[in-house]
Amino acid sequence: MLTILFDGVAYGMLLFVLACGLSVTLGLMNFVNLAHGAFAMAGGYAAAVLMNRYGVPFLATLPAAFAFSAVLGVILERTLYRRLYGASRLDQVLFTIGLVFMAMPIANYFLGDQPRPVRVPAFLSGRFEFAGIGIGVYRLFIIAVCGAIAGALQSFLIGTRFGAQLRPAVDDRRVASGLGIDVDRLFAITFAVGCGLAGLGGALAADIVGGIDPSFPVKFMVSFLIVVAIGGSNGILGALLGALLLGVLDVAGKYYVPSIGAFIIYAVMVATLIIRPHGLLSRGSGR
Amino acid sequence: MSVALPAGAVSAHLNRKARWRPIEIVFWLAIVALIFAVPSRALLINEILLAGLFALSLDLVLGYAGIVSLGQAAFFGVGAYGAGILANAGLTEPILGLVIASLIAGALGLATAPLLLRGSDLTRLMVTLGISLLLGEVANANAWATGGTDGLSIALKPVLGLFPIDFNGQRNAALYSLIVLFILFMVARRLVQSPFGLSIHAIRENRLRSGALGVSASARLVAIYGIAAAYAGAAGALVAQTTGLVSLDVFDFHRSADVLLMLIIGGVGYLYGGLIGAAFFIALRDGVSSATPEYWEFWIGLPLVVLVLVGRDRIGAFFAKAIATRGASLIGGGAA
Repeated sequence: MLTILFDGVAYGMLLFVLACGLSVTLGLMNFVNLAHGAFAMAGGYAAAVLMNRYGVPFLATLPAAFAFSAVLGVILERTLYRRLYGASRLDQVLFTIGLVFMAMPIANYFLGDQPRPVRVPAFLSGRFEFAGIGIGVYRLFIIAVCGAIAGALQSFLIGTRFGAQLRPAVDDRRVASGLGIDVDRLFAITFAVGCGLAGLGGALAADIVGGIDPSFPVKFMVSFLIVVAIGGSNGILGALLGALLLGVLDVAGKYYVPSIGAFIIYAVMVATLIIRPHGLLSRGSGR
Repeated sequence: MSVALPAGAVSAHLNRKARWRPIEIVFWLAIVALIFAVPSRALLINEILLAGLFALSLDLVLGYAGIVSLGQAAFFGVGAYGAGILANAGLTEPILGLVIASLIAGALGLATAPLLLRGSDLTRLMVTLGISLLLGEVANANAWATGGTDGLSIALKPVLGLFPIDFNGQRNAALYSLIVLFILFMVARRLVQSPFGLSIHAIRENRLRSGALGVSASARLVAIYGIAAAYAGAAGALVAQTTGLVSLDVFDFHRSADVLLMLIIGGVGYLYGGLIGAAFFIALRDGVSSATPEYWEFWIGLPLVVLVLVGRDRIGAFFAKAIATRGASLIGGGAA
């Protein structure tokens, strides 16, 4: 029972790192990026290729995955995404679905359709018992890394000048740029960090989901969207709450009632949106 | 002449718009001719017709009512399973099965529509997507009725007792689909030109103002969503009946995404867009996937990205110069 809770929390933390970039672009920058999973896939592939082809150790591939996806994100943001900030939701959905459709064959062309593993080193694998709970070392590692990231992001957004500039830039772009805030640069950096985190998440997730393959962006797109939809647009905290809820429910549901599979998480999402159309923690809801 | 147009001028303008244009008659006759001219491709033509019907249902929701949906597959799937389960329960008369399956899908649409009246576009995207994924899990879990991952295979009586629509009667199947599509298209055409359809248009253009004019937005949006759901159900039921198969992928996300792409390619908000887009999309997919079976998605994605970057309204205006301003407002307005 507690073991399942632990696994669920680990999965939720992983989902958080994967999806928090989407939560930021969607919640803060108001952009529906269905191609977010493609950046996670890029990071996962970067880690897998570095490790399998060049023998880079696991811990060193994680920052590389972050950097690769962040650079990719900045390039695409400057060239393509930027043009669509003011566009309608439908245009954004179509554009990013198009990007996903392009990303999958590109990955398939260069890297093949077999899953690429990211092997976890010996000191991070294995399990131990603690107070009757079976704890996987790698899952504990994920919780620690992702928890640290969540804390860092939150304090960064609340406590720094950058965060203080980002929030007004989101609320009213024109006024913010009128006050001398370089909104373009802010958005580019924010987008890049979100993509980088997705890449890091992709590298971390590779071992748990059985390797990275070209269908990754589609397989996890729905999960990301659910995290953001449940959590609401409150940026970091909302995404964290949504991801933990989804992670625990998904793992527990698959363990206790495998026959109805993912039914529970979809039902919870629809129910949440019926009760709170803007998610659990939405901005302007008085919280 | 005063600033306000006389009532006669308005109704004359609307009547002129409602009139059949020669190109429309040619369009429908061309499809009939095509089915008889190349019976060997009847299977592909049938697929295009049914995808067109599915896209037509989304056009009613997105193009006319302005509701962004990623879950039209929910109703498509309910129609398909409805027709399949009815046939396996002994109701092997195709037309009756089609009608009942569509009505079930329509009822589901009416039941879920109130969920779409609140929240933002993102909420609507997620609720519609969530409902179709939920139904997929329900179908998977209730394997005693739906066959689970194996799917259902169904056998039907000939239509009207005369025309078999099984694998040996592909031309009949395409004609059957065409007749149903034509009838439903006529109903939709009449519907969007009726006072009801015009009021939906008004709600999409300016909900606040139409409310001030005494148009109840919520009830009308629920109604059009229910009608569109019945259309999607009819498309699903026809796919089940003419292919003899229903499988879990009717609820898949890619089905909702594909139909959205078809509609966008063909153009939103003038009914024919779905049919043209479906023909273009399936022909493209068929052509490209036989050339590069592994990478065909790339060649669907690339034009889509270019389409959005160039601007859908600009391309629409390019194709319809004569009605440039109006076309742009229609196509652009579909996303509002």
